[in-house]
Amino acid sequence: MLSRVAEQLYWYGRHVERAENTARLVNVNANLLMDLPRPFKRTWANMIDMTGSNDAFYRAYKKADEKNVLQFMLADEANPSSMACCVRMARENARSSREILPVEAWETINEFYLYVKKNPASDLMPGQRHKYLNSVIRYCRQIMGMLFSGMSRGSAYRFVRIGRNLERADMSTRIIDAGCVNLLPAEGDTGAAFAELLWLNVLNSLSSYQIYRQHVKVRPNGEDVVDFLLKYVDAPRSVSHCLEEIHTHLVRLPGNDLPLQTLVRTRDMVVDADTITMMEQGGLHGFIDEIQLGLNDIHAQVEQAWFRY
Amino acid sequence: MNLDHYPTEGLYDELLTPRLKSRGGLGRMLDTLKRLSYKELDTRRRDAEHSISTMGITFTVYSEAGNIDREWPYDVIPRIILNTEWKRIEKGLIQRLAALNLFVSDVYNEQRIIKDGKFPEYILKTSKNYRRECEGMKPLLGVWAHICGTDLVRDSDGVMYVLEDNLRIPSGVSYMLENRRLTKLTFPELFEDYSISHMDGYTMQLFETLSSITPRPLDYPEVVVLTPGIYNSAYFEHSFLARQLGAELVEGTDLVVAGDDCVYMKTIAGLARVDVVYRRVDDLFLDPEVFRKDSLLGVPGIMRAWKKGKVGLANAPGVGVADDKLVYTYVPDMIRYYLDEEPLLPNVPSYRCNDDKQRRHVLANLGRLVVKPVNESGGYGIVIGPGASKRELAQAADRVKAAPRDYIAQPVVNLSTVPTLCGERIEPRHVDLRPFILQGGHSYVTAGGLTRVALVRDSLVVNSSQGGGSKDTWVIAGTRE
Repeated sequence: MLSRVAEQLYWYGRHVERAENTARLVNVNANLLMDLPRPFKRTWANMIDMTGSNDAFYRAYKKADEKNVLQFMLADEANPSSMACCVRMARENARSSREILPVEAWETINEFYLYVKKNPASDLMPGQRHKYLNSVIRYCRQIMGMLFSGMSRGSAYRFVRIGRNLERADMSTRIIDAGCVNLLPAEGDTGAAFAELLWLNVLNSLSSYQIYRQHVKVRPNGEDVVDFLLKYVDAPRSVSHCLEEIHTHLVRLPGNDLPLQTLVRTRDMVVDADTITMMEQGGLHGFIDEIQLGLNDIHAQVEQAWFRY
Repeated sequence: MNLDHYPTEGLYDELLTPRLKSRGGLGRMLDTLKRLSYKELDTRRRDAEHSISTMGITFTVYSEAGNIDREWPYDVIPRIILNTEWKRIEKGLIQRLAALNLFVSDVYNEQRIIKDGKFPEYILKTSKNYRRECEGMKPLLGVWAHICGTDLVRDSDGVMYVLEDNLRIPSGVSYMLENRRLTKLTFPELFEDYSISHMDGYTMQLFETLSSITPRPLDYPEVVVLTPGIYNSAYFEHSFLARQLGAELVEGTDLVVAGDDCVYMKTIAGLARVDVVYRRVDDLFLDPEVFRKDSLLGVPGIMRAWKKGKVGLANAPGVGVADDKLVYTYVPDMIRYYLDEEPLLPNVPSYRCNDDKQRRHVLANLGRLVVKPVNESGGYGIVIGPGASKRELAQAADRVKAAPRDYIAQPVVNLSTVPTLCGERIEPRHVDLRPFILQGGHSYVTAGGLTRVALVRDSLVVNSSQGGGSKDTWVIAGTRE
């Protein structure tokens, strides 16, 4: 397979995943805003916080109000992580590797692109938002489902999966990190109620609440949620699951020595971590930084091994 | 639909006679059109448009405001040709391409046709698409144009003429195939009425043709399609063909020529040898070592690899010498000269502006002629006398006088018409036809071709870049009803 095409497919996986993550994040957090008790009233600005895009946002906008935040996260063409931008780029990625992807997958991403273009998020009435974002999420899942059920398990498929899982692990670590940071001011009884709501929101943002309840069984609390989202390998959005998935595909690609070494190192670091002690001692934020560096490193190694000549 | 007022005066319509009866063998098509209500036809038109949009069948129009990706314009009413007529056309097209290939081989080698006085050396010397770099080259099988798109037009006398041969990088075949897919989706019942020659064989035949020029005939050939990239107007087609061929779709930067003069592509498992390049990049951009130094679309060294026989190129560089419309006027002579046969398909009568006498005639009759630049394609630069303003005619005259070698002129061909759904009515619209001809180990012609239709009333310009549309084209078993 051509290196250029491999790179397009890798980014295709990342862009579709990022579009889905962004849509979900907005959906869940808009919902949370309605639920929070007065003293803890959060703002739309938290969403910008969660994705670590403060710099980019305040460069373009003055105020983090509903309109601006939604514009920035969903529709802004100048923000490469906005949902609309990711969909457009995913379509470009698919277009330059159209001969590799199943025909239906191209038709669906194309239809998705036309849908987003015809219905810019900036035109949405508040009452339409939920339905719209659900359509976006459904499109993303449909596209991935088509690849899963219709694509031969060759290199092309593996690059999509590697891109997708790296993107997903990245989003999961950001959301865990944001959860911990936002928790700091909460103390006392209302603080505990607030914390529970917040962790519930973290789980929902990663559509993992159901799996958490089935697996962990106790009510959402910081230690359990963080441990679950980092290390529970069977949850499709946990960091260890994503790394395990990447491993599955990396081992089957030619010339994989360096990317594999970096991946195994990062994975072992996550799996062996004692998250509870870290949280007690306030070291979680630093640890998440380390995971992020590991993910960046995997990306760089993949790029080096297969995309660059 | 009511066709009682369908205007046929002064036109040759492919479906209807001047008395509004169906032409031989096409009765059921006419009955179907009469039976359908506007609502039914319109529904099918919408279905087709929806499919085009979701299938992403697009073409790019270059404009000053930037490139625009347009959806492919398709008319739901097919154009029908009887197999009896088609068999004859097919033979004529194969004959023509064979002669053209012999001509290109000859001009880059012995130049017998010039020595024998049948073709003026001056034309070759002044040809913009003659490539000195190809002199002495003998490609495998002696074939230069492996893929040819020849434009045919039917005049009001009912005769099919050859309008031009596109030998460089003819495009349109993917739209021909997609049009058939669209008709099957929107008009399945028509396929019960007729025995229509299928088109699915094209890409397999294309693969055979490309494989036949591999430098390593014992191995399974690695065939690639070389595209200028996603911003090229025909990118849709490049990716379509690569997918259908099961070939890699490569850009110039994906290929390298190594020290052994072989062509390799950069894959995730290292460099992999390439045997045949179906190049959709113009030859001037093909190799910055030989042609345009500033080309970022090409592959440095690929000409060297080709000349050493390490890679097959389709179509061969330099083939455009026969694409010149002035050279076109000599094709009937070439057929007689190289094949010792009479041409089966006539050319449109043409005036050579480099000939003093003919030029004088052209300049005196500009208002009734079509003036064409000899090296353009896509309909660019053409001036149609009867529709042109005084100013346009004067400018055309100046251009012809300044560079007579660069123009030919032809009488206006009153292209035949086909019923077309225009707004809420069925009206005649002018069409041409581009079949695709392959020549490699053996020859092949598509069953029918791409019918292009001028969607504007009375317009004779069918190019998609200038408001043209397209139709599915059927070649049907010719039983007269």
